[in-house]
Amino acid sequence: MNEDLIVAVASGKGGTGKTTVAVNMAAALSRAQFSVRLVDCDVEEPNAHIFLKTVMTSRESAVVPVPVVDEEKCDGCGKCGDVCRFSAIIALGTKAITFPALCHGCGGCVMACPKKAITESSREIGAIEKGVSQGIEFIQGYLKIGEAMSPPLIRAVKKQAVGDGVTIIDAPPGTSCPVIQAIRGSDYVILVTEPTPFGLHDLDLAVETVRQIGIPFGVVVNRAGIGDARTHDYCAVQDIPIIGEIRDDRRIAEAYSRGELVIDALPQLGKEFLGIFGRAASGARKREDDPQ
Amino acid sequence: MKELVVISGKGGTGKTSIVAAFAALAASKVLADCDVDAADLHLVLDPNIRQREVFTGGSVARIKIEECERCDICRNLCRFDAIDDNFRIDEIACEGCGVCHDACQYGAIELATKTAGEWYISETRHGMMVHAKLGIAEENSGKLVSLVRTQARKIAAENRLELVIIDGSPGIGCPVIASMTGVDLALAVTEPTLSGIHDLERVAGLAKHFGNRLAVCVNKWDINPEMTGRIENWCRREGLAVAGKIAFDPIVTRAQIAGVSVIEYSSGSAALEIKKVWRRIAREMELENIA
Repeated sequence: MNEDLIVAVASGKGGTGKTTVAVNMAAALSRAQFSVRLVDCDVEEPNAHIFLKTVMTSRESAVVPVPVVDEEKCDGCGKCGDVCRFSAIIALGTKAITFPALCHGCGGCVMACPKKAITESSREIGAIEKGVSQGIEFIQGYLKIGEAMSPPLIRAVKKQAVGDGVTIIDAPPGTSCPVIQAIRGSDYVILVTEPTPFGLHDLDLAVETVRQIGIPFGVVVNRAGIGDARTHDYCAVQDIPIIGEIRDDRRIAEAYSRGELVIDALPQLGKEFLGIFGRAASGARKREDDPQ
Repeated sequence: MKELVVISGKGGTGKTSIVAAFAALAASKVLADCDVDAADLHLVLDPNIRQREVFTGGSVARIKIEECERCDICRNLCRFDAIDDNFRIDEIACEGCGVCHDACQYGAIELATKTAGEWYISETRHGMMVHAKLGIAEENSGKLVSLVRTQARKIAAENRLELVIIDGSPGIGCPVIASMTGVDLALAVTEPTLSGIHDLERVAGLAKHFGNRLAVCVNKWDINPEMTGRIENWCRREGLAVAGKIAFDPIVTRAQIAGVSVIEYSSGSAALEIKKVWRRIAREMELENIA
């Protein structure tokens, strides 16, 4: 069976169960003979590999361009510093000095330098790893510790995810640039939440985010039963489909703690994850509607 | 004045519930919610906003289409694929670097400053609080975090308060780095799961990278006692203080639903254990006003 589709799993709040939904859905699909690819875009804290016990077969470093100043040619005119909007290069009557951690790699300083004293080299910001597990093609990014900017790495990871079949993207938490970078270009977004005030508040932020990007989405309520009814009321009022519910169950929490798949610990839940995927697939936008 | 940041690596380990409890326990403090991406502390502390300010982040390019000659130079130079075939700017992809603006020979591209969010100074029943809301899909969260911290330190200095308690964000990227540089102590709240350990190791690496002192607290420790033991042993080997462990308790969620901290909601075991963690942190930071 085959179905070309990109489904991103996201949430505003962290720890609601994104990775649980992503890995169990991927494994359930793989066991049902789908061709599946899992892309872990939570590059700050990638965890999907723990559950899939993936054996990595390749690792390459991810780099961003940074300026290098040829001190022989630089006359300290300061034009580079004038054009840089990120304070990543300055020249105060001396030779230009760079601050690579602040650089966005736009290349503006290279163009601005009248002496052609600036060239670009690359700086490693993390790694991209690939592997296979349980028939699932696996790709993940690992942000280097101390590195602030994850979006360029997320972009590089997603570029590796090409080919037919189902692609499941495990997104980072939040609502800002790393999340946007992870979910853009997807056909459907699954927002995982828990029925608590924090979960609901951050779900609302995530809903605004996905609506702004214009991707169809639905909600999975994880740990159903722990909180109150406000999340369900919210979804009803906002006309947001609840495409799955995973009951609160200590056995799930314990299996998770050991790094096991829920569908191995509680095989009866395999159907639930296939159902979530099925509802996502039928709610997804069709590619021909997509100008990108 | 001292600064304590509560971080976790992995999301959802209980940072905000613990910060809210510390808010109820600490005597002389200002609160700073630096999880500007998905701030939740206000749901418990019910702030009265006293001052509201606009946060302007970076820039965004705008093409004045009537002046555009469609020469394609901007499209060739843009490294973020932010200009489409019809010379429309994708504001989400645009980094605001200004390369297109500088290169356009027709003056058809302007750089506009983006309103990227708001920040607030508020009063709560547990003292002053500085918090913020980053606009949807915005960048520059690190800059907003730094702003919130600066304001909180200012309030602490003006009011001779001893401590700034910072609620951090998950991960190890830009907002986390901005929330922890130069603090006196970072408390990592973790959970006894393989993911929790993996993420704790990375956040501990980050603390080491920036020379921060780190203490660790294991939340919901009884979900997997063996894993909790592994975390405690690991902390000992790494020379990190174990600030305590808190058993799983449905009271924590019930307190959240009631809109109060665990300390105010109950005097049960979770509340007692958090009090112990707080005392340990206060000793570790050599605070004078413990409660």
